[in-house]
Amino acid sequence: MVKVPESAPVASLFEYAPAPESRSVVDIKPSYGLFVDGEFVDGTGESFATINPATEEHLAHVAEASEADVDRAVKAARRAYDKVWSKMSGRERAKYLFRIARIIQERAKEFAVLETLDNGKPIKETRDFDVPTVAAHFFYYAGWADKLAYAVPGNPAPKPLGVAAQVIPWNFPLMMLAWKVAPALAAGNTVVLKPAETTPLTALLFAEVCQEAGLPNGVVNIVTGAGATGAALVAHPDVNKVAFTGSTDVGRTIARQVAGTSKRLTLELGGKGANIVYEDAPMDEAVEGVVNGIFFNQGHVCCAGSRLLVQESIQDEFLERLQRRMETLRVGDPLDKNTDIGAINSAEQLARITELAQAGEDEGANRWSPSSCVLPEKGFFFAPTLFTDVSQTHRVAREEIFGPVLSVLSFRTPTEAVQKANNTPFGLSAGVWSEKGSRTLWTANQLRAGVVWANSFNKFDATSPFGGYKESGYGREGGRQGLEGYLK
Amino acid sequence: MSTQNTSARAQVRKTYKLYVGGAFPRSESGQVYPALDSKGALVANVALASRKDARDAVSAARKAFGGWSSKTAYNRGQVLYRIAEVLEDRRAQFVESVVQAEGVDAKRANAIVDESIDRLVWYAGWTDKITQVLSGANPVAGPFFNQSSPEPTGVVAVVAPQASSLLGLVSVIAPVIATGNTVVVLSSFERPVAAVNLAEVLATSDVPGGVVNILTGDWRPVAPWLATHMDVNAIDLTGVAADADAAFDLEQAAAANLKRVLRPGNVEEDFFLEPHLSRMTTFLETKTVWHPIGK
Repeated sequence: MVKVPESAPVASLFEYAPAPESRSVVDIKPSYGLFVDGEFVDGTGESFATINPATEEHLAHVAEASEADVDRAVKAARRAYDKVWSKMSGRERAKYLFRIARIIQERAKEFAVLETLDNGKPIKETRDFDVPTVAAHFFYYAGWADKLAYAVPGNPAPKPLGVAAQVIPWNFPLMMLAWKVAPALAAGNTVVLKPAETTPLTALLFAEVCQEAGLPNGVVNIVTGAGATGAALVAHPDVNKVAFTGSTDVGRTIARQVAGTSKRLTLELGGKGANIVYEDAPMDEAVEGVVNGIFFNQGHVCCAGSRLLVQESIQDEFLERLQRRMETLRVGDPLDKNTDIGAINSAEQLARITELAQAGEDEGANRWSPSSCVLPEKGFFFAPTLFTDVSQTHRVAREEIFGPVLSVLSFRTPTEAVQKANNTPFGLSAGVWSEKGSRTLWTANQLRAGVVWANSFNKFDATSPFGGYKESGYGREGGRQGLEGYLK
Repeated sequence: MSTQNTSARAQVRKTYKLYVGGAFPRSESGQVYPALDSKGALVANVALASRKDARDAVSAARKAFGGWSSKTAYNRGQVLYRIAEVLEDRRAQFVESVVQAEGVDAKRANAIVDESIDRLVWYAGWTDKITQVLSGANPVAGPFFNQSSPEPTGVVAVVAPQASSLLGLVSVIAPVIATGNTVVVLSSFERPVAAVNLAEVLATSDVPGGVVNILTGDWRPVAPWLATHMDVNAIDLTGVAADADAAFDLEQAAAANLKRVLRPGNVEEDFFLEPHLSRMTTFLETKTVWHPIGK
């Protein structure tokens, strides 16, 4: 049985003054069209609203692309591919990507604020993580455009695939765009990208960046909409490559749809990452890493460390420290520079998290949230939550929650830790905490996961391949390997 | 405009200096030599680097090595790209100096400057990719994590091409610094003006002082001191292409502390061609790390 503190162990003597970031750098238009063939055009479908999940404030109307709109975008991409982009030398393509990277750096603040408004994630993260990582991806892949001969061993003259259909989720709207668009363009493909329906605004701002960079028309096309738009894009017969990041269920559907065609497919799907903490782990660092692993980006992270596997001998002390740390997490206004946990992206997602957390309680796990946590009255928020006394059969231990909810399990031996960590259909990420290098490497070798972080968590870099084993999808993004999915 | 006209404004002329440790010193020797344009007219007096200047440059390069080599590859890429940006910004000046020094027409000079800028961009992209292309995990027969990856070798001395005053110069400097080394370069003797101008570009491009040191003057009396210098780790003899005997002597001298040597071709190469990776790999070491694996 785990000791749970009754009240906040650290009383806050000094309150933080509000430190809101100004939103004046962002100019949101009342409505947005699609970005096709280098310009913004009206969609033929219905328009839908995108809101600020932290305030439920209406931000803008966005066009929903119909099948005809998707067709128009694919045709534009095909034209640009045939006439301009695939014919251009790698060195010239590189310069366009370098320009895009530089413009993103120059307009970083605008992107950060807009991402926070549309997504609900803390400004601290958009400013210090999302946007710099986006620029880094464009820089990195810009450099590959004229070095493709070195990208794929055994293929000294690789060719692009053609038109890439890219469908991305709402958790890292701009970063997912960069992960997909940068390698596709570097390799010589043209793209039609569909951002998530709840977070289309930074993709549309990116369209402006393409214009500013003088990118040839049709090389990047952006169609907004929901599932139907994405399905139309993926199914389009003139698409050569499909890249999807999102839920495992949708990934399965897409894989079925693409079966039997010549379309190439990359899938980055769900996860239920384990964070394994051995008894010899650096305790405070491990606490920090576990917190970062699950509460970063409100837990809206496919590679989140949503299962804590802690060695039995240190379980009580570790959980005490973890809870003490969780008491200091600041939940609230995402635009406030001191906010750690912002808003849940949508009412639907909040309902899903709420339902799964309730299932945790109903199935007999022990639920805990910091007593210090007061949620804002408006907007979609969920308190950081810890489940103890979790068994492997509980839904909170098996299903991806995609929210700030951590399930705790324990183990006695390294072999048991690995068995429990691998006891999931997913295989995206894992963390290992130990001061003993040989054990860390042994554990990493045993884990069926695409990324293993040792004494760290949620680290990303443009040069580093990312992607899953098993039902977390196939293909890799980032690094040299990230190019391979766009070359033949 | 007539210089006889007393009412005309007299130009402020530039004194051409060396570039060492991020500063622009005169030669320690106090000597200069005339740089002539392709028609034999005087362009300016240029600093004539001495043996002592070369030694100062090596210590500056050594001092800068730790900081430069430990920067992230991403950061080094940004800095190289920045050089390209600043060069692009000042391209007119370089076109003029290439026309003047190499006697080519403006169209050709423009192409040379374009290629020089693009060459820098090419190497900017290599900083964070060369490791991925060259390194790998070794599947050793035992419970070990075993991985090999490249590391910069240290201070590299370079004799720059003699004919190609800008593109040749950029093509020998960029690969050395892209991989994290620092460099002491002896510029083209008869065509030094692009090198002096490039030094100013480097000084305003976020390149830390000492990472690139440019000496103008005659390479013949100075290069042997660099070849035998015990704190120089490698030497690039590209600019010695026209003198096989000198190249042989320098390579032999470099054996003193087993410097890595990039040998020259028989004639000065065509720098418009895409460079071979050996311009980088010659100045890289391979490090293999072993670590046990076990519960």
